[in-house]
Amino acid sequence: MAPPPAEKVRTMFELLGIPPQALFGQLLLGLINGSFYALLSLGLAVIFGLLNIINFAHGAQYMMGAFVAWMLLNYIGIGYWWALILSPLIVGATGVIIERLMISRLYKLDHLYGLLLTFGLALIIQGLFRDQYGISGLPYQIPSQLAGGQNLGFMFLPNYRGWVVVASLVICLSTWYVIERTRLGAYLRAATENPTLVGAFGVNVPRMITLTYGFGVALAALAGVLAAPIYSVNPNMGADLIIVVFAVVVIGGMGSIMGAIITGFGLGLVEGLTRVFYPEASSVVIFVIMAIVLLVKPAGLFGREA
Amino acid sequence: MNIKLALALSATAMLMGGTAMATDVKIGVLNDMSGVYADISGMGSVVAAQMAVEDFGAAEKGINVEIVSADHQNKPDVGSTITRQWYDQEGVDMIVDVPTSSVALAVSEITREKNKIHMNTGAGTTELTGPQCSPNTIHWLYDTYALAYGTGSAMVAEGGQTWFFITADYAFGHSLEQEASNVVTKAGGEVLGSVRHPFPGQDFSSFLLQAQSSGADVIGLANAGGDTINAVKQASEFGITQGGQDLAALLIFITDIHALGLQTAQGLVLTEPFYWNLNDGTREFAQRFGERHGGAMPTADHAGVYSAVTHYLKAVEATGGKETEALLGSMREIPADDPLLGPGEIQANGRKIHDMYLFRVKAPDASEGPWDYYETVATIPAAEAFKPVAESGCPLVN
Repeated sequence: MAPPPAEKVRTMFELLGIPPQALFGQLLLGLINGSFYALLSLGLAVIFGLLNIINFAHGAQYMMGAFVAWMLLNYIGIGYWWALILSPLIVGATGVIIERLMISRLYKLDHLYGLLLTFGLALIIQGLFRDQYGISGLPYQIPSQLAGGQNLGFMFLPNYRGWVVVASLVICLSTWYVIERTRLGAYLRAATENPTLVGAFGVNVPRMITLTYGFGVALAALAGVLAAPIYSVNPNMGADLIIVVFAVVVIGGMGSIMGAIITGFGLGLVEGLTRVFYPEASSVVIFVIMAIVLLVKPAGLFGREA
Repeated sequence: MNIKLALALSATAMLMGGTAMATDVKIGVLNDMSGVYADISGMGSVVAAQMAVEDFGAAEKGINVEIVSADHQNKPDVGSTITRQWYDQEGVDMIVDVPTSSVALAVSEITREKNKIHMNTGAGTTELTGPQCSPNTIHWLYDTYALAYGTGSAMVAEGGQTWFFITADYAFGHSLEQEASNVVTKAGGEVLGSVRHPFPGQDFSSFLLQAQSSGADVIGLANAGGDTINAVKQASEFGITQGGQDLAALLIFITDIHALGLQTAQGLVLTEPFYWNLNDGTREFAQRFGERHGGAMPTADHAGVYSAVTHYLKAVEATGGKETEALLGSMREIPADDPLLGPGEIQANGRKIHDMYLFRVKAPDASEGPWDYYETVATIPAAEAFKPVAESGCPLVN
């Protein structure tokens, strides 16, 4: 089918009362939000896919990532770029400790126990940060190298947002590559299928699982550092976001890495469009899609049928 | 799951031996202890209430004051339950603070039914002194009209003729947008449009872009707390103010400015009833407050709680008891005056009026230290700052 002539496209947009330029701007913004959804849901998908743990502490760990970046800057003067590396390492290390001390005891139990434990942890972590730093949040500036922006003709694109999209895409795709296409990834996937057998081949399965959880947590922290300069850095920043991200994971299919990435970006776009046509519904649209997907394809768009 | 922090105040002292006619009053500080308004109100309000009791010298005057506090979680049902329990079982005489308009309206209603007293410093809705006004409720600190009037008329006078609103999609946001639109049109400006964002919001870039392309002189933010912080932060990122548009945050507290940092917040124009660095009286209070509240400066709400509790105690002293009608009458008679909010009076609809201030947020190099954030642009006289009683729509006024 031939694409509709440009003339027709324009008339269509004008009928809806939105000039095409504004629409492109909104789509681009949707993509930017999608990069946060993708990064966060990727971490969740990795953890669920390989550990079978529904990590409800993910939002709190995202928040910790942003706070650690702030602490590095304000207590020891380490700026954004180093924080981008250090903060995920530090928060990932706390993840490793949590996995060793608590989560590792739950693998044989029902999903619900993991969910309850991590949810409780999230509440405790948020409470501690709230007690220490208050609820209003802390200031964190955009690094000077990325200040300012480009005039794209149809919109003003802040450099920082462009960086977020690129960084997120690179991280998402390399994670996917490592897990789905390398030998290490093959071990990981094998270990989740049959830990006893893989252990018999001389692979230290518990350590691999611990590191995987740490990696998933580090991804959340990385998203937190990326978010710090543009969103309010406060103890509840993750709690507000995590529900949406869970919806993204469910739509993409629990445990599917590529599914999490594609739905993350895709739903960002859908949300962006909703903001143009009916802004009031923009926080609901993802859940409407989730309901429809669950009715039509309960395993999610990219999920493997059990 | 109401976490109730019962804080018995030791102001009661043991020196009571001689005073046979001591009055026992119980004051309930009801606010948000853990959610979005916890920094604006929260434990700081309890500290402010305690300081008011101590500064008043209640114990020496034969008034035993006990202060209790609770978290209403910004939910009307939770707030109502606590209010009923306080009035019915725990003998609370007066409830103060109560941010979040929906909770405030519920508390006001129950207070009227139980014939107690509610002094509201935290909520913004003009309904409290409008159609839903009550003889038992005094709206002490500010409301959406006063905020919109201060900021709106000042910005139009400075040449902000056309406006676009980014509004939180719930009762408070709508009411703030409505009040501000009225002020703008009355002052000769024009409202080009508005967009309503879900509450709470995380990403405001889409809405900011719509506001930007509207070409309006001023983008009015009719939201509060974390929403306002996110919107201001992202507006700076998208170069809104560099592009020649002004940003007007219609409800913003000093803790929000603290969270934004001056680099991002500089140049914002806002209306508040109180600023800690206003004069010697406010500075002295702020210093003592900071010592007891982790170094944070008091917000307007904290000052409001202090001022309201002080006025209430004056009435208790004057009437020598705590009979509700007598106290309400006495509070209207005694001239309201304290170092924090200055002179004022309580109007027939329960609206307490005092001067309001128009501030501009300082640039980072103009700030002399932590929490030195505002420069005063104008003082809005009490008589002008609040909605005229006749226009309030309060059935008590006739």
